[in-house]
Amino acid sequence: MDCHCTRRSFMKGGALALLGLGAIPHFLVRAAYAQGGVSRPKILIAVFQRGAVDGLSMVVPHGDPSYYGARGSIAIARPGGSQGSLDLDGFFGLHPSMAALKPIWDDRRLALVHACGSPDTTRSHFDAQDYMESGTPGVKSTPDGWLARGLQAAPATSSSPFRAVAMGSQMPRTLRGELGAIAMGSAGDFDVKQGMAGMGGGVNARAGFESLYEQGVKDILHGTGRETFEAVKMLKAAKLERFQPENGAQYPRGKFGDNLKQIAQLIKADVGLQVAFADMGGWDTHAAQGNERGQLASRLTEFSDGLAALYRDLGDRMADVVVLTMSEFGRTVRENGNRGTDHGHATAMLVLGGPVKGGRAYGRWPGLAPEQLYEGRDLAVTTDFRHLFAEVAVRHLGIPASAPIFPGFSTNPAKYPGALV
Amino acid sequence: MRARVGSLPLLAVAVLAASACSSAPRSRQAAVPALQAAPEPAPAVRVMLPATSLSEEQRIVHALNRLGYGPRPGDVERVRQMGLAKWMERQLEPSRIPDERAQAALQAFPTLTRSVPELVLAYPEPDPKLLAKVQSGEMTQQEMRQMAPPERRPFRIPAELQAAKLTRAVMSERQLEEVMTDFWFNHFNVDARKGAVKWMVADYERTAIRPHALGKFRDLLLATARHPAMLFYLDNWMSTRADLVMAAGPNKGRRMGLNENYAREIMELHTLGVDGGYTQQDVIEVARAFTGWTIERPREQGTFVFRPAAHDQGAKKVLGHVLPGYGGEQDGIHVIDILARHPATARFIATKLVRRFVSDEPPPALVERAARTFQDTDGDIRKVVATIVSSPEFFSADAYGAKIKKPIELVASAVRAVGGEIALPGDPGSQQVGGGLALALQVAKLGEPLYQQQPPTGYPDVAEAWVNTGALLNRLNFALALAQNRIPGVQVDIGRAVGAADREKPPQVLDALLASLLQGQARPETRAVLAAQLDNPEIIRATSDDRKAAAGRPAANTPTANTDVDKLAALVLGSPEFQRR
Repeated sequence: MDCHCTRRSFMKGGALALLGLGAIPHFLVRAAYAQGGVSRPKILIAVFQRGAVDGLSMVVPHGDPSYYGARGSIAIARPGGSQGSLDLDGFFGLHPSMAALKPIWDDRRLALVHACGSPDTTRSHFDAQDYMESGTPGVKSTPDGWLARGLQAAPATSSSPFRAVAMGSQMPRTLRGELGAIAMGSAGDFDVKQGMAGMGGGVNARAGFESLYEQGVKDILHGTGRETFEAVKMLKAAKLERFQPENGAQYPRGKFGDNLKQIAQLIKADVGLQVAFADMGGWDTHAAQGNERGQLASRLTEFSDGLAALYRDLGDRMADVVVLTMSEFGRTVRENGNRGTDHGHATAMLVLGGPVKGGRAYGRWPGLAPEQLYEGRDLAVTTDFRHLFAEVAVRHLGIPASAPIFPGFSTNPAKYPGALV
Repeated sequence: MRARVGSLPLLAVAVLAASACSSAPRSRQAAVPALQAAPEPAPAVRVMLPATSLSEEQRIVHALNRLGYGPRPGDVERVRQMGLAKWMERQLEPSRIPDERAQAALQAFPTLTRSVPELVLAYPEPDPKLLAKVQSGEMTQQEMRQMAPPERRPFRIPAELQAAKLTRAVMSERQLEEVMTDFWFNHFNVDARKGAVKWMVADYERTAIRPHALGKFRDLLLATARHPAMLFYLDNWMSTRADLVMAAGPNKGRRMGLNENYAREIMELHTLGVDGGYTQQDVIEVARAFTGWTIERPREQGTFVFRPAAHDQGAKKVLGHVLPGYGGEQDGIHVIDILARHPATARFIATKLVRRFVSDEPPPALVERAARTFQDTDGDIRKVVATIVSSPEFFSADAYGAKIKKPIELVASAVRAVGGEIALPGDPGSQQVGGGLALALQVAKLGEPLYQQQPPTGYPDVAEAWVNTGALLNRLNFALALAQNRIPGVQVDIGRAVGAADREKPPQVLDALLASLLQGQARPETRAVLAAQLDNPEIIRATSDDRKAAAGRPAANTPTANTDVDKLAALVLGSPEFQRR
């Protein structure tokens, strides 16, 4: 763990050290950034919709002549009526419960890539999530995640322990690897927990543990131990609770909203965050999916309200932030016998943020006529998800295009969807 | 029933087990002591201890840490009395070790021993329409729980399996069998969350892994290949000859075909290793050989079946061996034999075992010898493990304390070190699945959710995978929670670890903790850091109160008594030394 020493001296010696530790007032930090010399890191927030979101209801191709014929009772009405989809470009429309995102589209800070997905044919959630997170469709033995590989190849604008943070108690496959990301259920839990109340005195467990790992032994445990206590102290000093939602942002109740709110706090606290990961479940709508209202509509409300709150809360900081949404596959074009949909192929992904060339749909639309469908039943994939992910990694995070983020896959700027500046 | 982990000698355990069922026939009661008295048959494998620079104490601690989940109070002394070589020989032959207490505890988990078809019937998936109603708000969670009670849902099965795994790791006398079962489960990994695997995973461990954990590798490989859990997890159950069109059933008219998933992994991960010299054409040929090895209605029956109609009857050529046409079910068995006896397999398995028992960087000479044992004995795992654990490399100063404990090793060893008691389901105050499940949740929090590893590689066995910022914090919090008795269903009495030490003399208390939890093997720096924590006067006060309370005198602070001893113990369990084995 030789890198530890550089990290440590960087933390202690660099101008960022003070900023990062939050030892000086926030406005001074902003001023320091404004004076130049220190540039804020570019930040990617990856949002995984686990369970395969129905891309045809989330972003409705109301202009496709086959859409209404195929979808039956779960179709989302044409734009215009009080319940209809929210027209984006005359062909696509947002689900009516996603009204919170419409102004961002109109601001040209929200783009979408439809018919996006994996070339692998699997319809197993399990395998498809694994492939999307490892970035290697069809190869199961890849040890690490695409974003962990990517960030390791990124220019080290930050050596903070909070460079990559996943919200949740378990490290998602996307961030697994030698990068050393942090997974935390919530920022409040990220400390040594002393247990029962009423022990003001006694052995201070955190201090005790810290000194145990402070000894001058150079090995993986001691190195990590010191990083751990640095991270705990850094988070304490950052005083996240200072950063309450701004600009009237209201996060939806629930885990997804809480997680996005905490990501915004980490960003505002300048702890050196470059990549954050959050996920949301409940998309596997095999029965009673609903149309403008119902099960899927309520999930989409929470999803889009969360993203819109984040956008509003971060305000001008969105200039450095890109949010990328993804889901392992889409759902069947036809409604099934239970007024739901089964596992399909392509879906829609959203890209949101300052550096986004928004207000546009990217990717080629393959069509919904029976002969245009994949295996006669699903929306075909016209954009391999890796081209989109690579564009975000290269253009936004500054990862060299030559970095092996997607082993065995050839991508280059000519193949990117083009959604980023 | 509260199972005590700890210090009862084997004989007392056997008697206890016998007297517990007083209605048992007399002859059975008499048989137990007789078994102890009879001269033991020659061991299946002889262990000769090599010359080593480690002290006797260190050798014993090392063996307890590597062949098992670490010492319990009194274990070091018991092994010393038995003789380390003999203890190792017994561990290599688990069926000869009486294990009544652990076996009795496992009775609390009814799903462990039921067949897959029984489990599919008894633990059905809740109706998806109910789930949809809950999500749309038409039905409350409460109503849902009444219609489909959680303890009757399929996930009860992996939950009990997790609880049982921790219960065994902590309580079983057959420690090496537990370690090897864990090793092979990861080697032949399946994930309980994938589709129908949840009904199959307990049967998989019980019938395919455990019986062969120290047996013949070829039998182990075959048992996993034919088990529905593996067939489902790696998709072989859907793999058919290339030109098959379903003639009937729900998929009538659907074109089927070859699925290469299992064929690739059996070579890459189970036998030859990624550099084992196979080609993409070998993958295809192996996949063809295994066509027809499938599952009888996975979600209704869930048993192995060979379907001749799905089998590719053509000739195959696997790694240079020709399989003539019309081999049927035997094609797959033929492939198993080729792979199990391939020299690359001997080397690959030897490397992984040496990594598990000796070091993250396996010494090449030992890998060489272990691989030779593997080939000379036709893959006798017991003999390969014996070669490794009786080697000078195993008992070298370099290997001592060199491995970072993975989460289950940390959690089980900590509970064992403090002599913790695990409440079983049905015990008063226990959760539905008892303290074992609470411990499994801790293991999950540290990054190893058991039976839920998505990639087929299983959980890694090297330090880098387990040491990171968030994970270390969780390890320290686990140490605090355990020592402070905050893990539901797990009872810990740190007072016993402190023993007779004079509690008004904190250094004595510290030394007692270091002796019982780290077998006195703490580095001087660690002891100095912990001693510095003793300057705090709170420790003396709290421990004095504890003494008063123990003497039956009134003490105002009784509820917080012992608190600081608990914290001190937590520091020892959270120390760098305790993260290693």
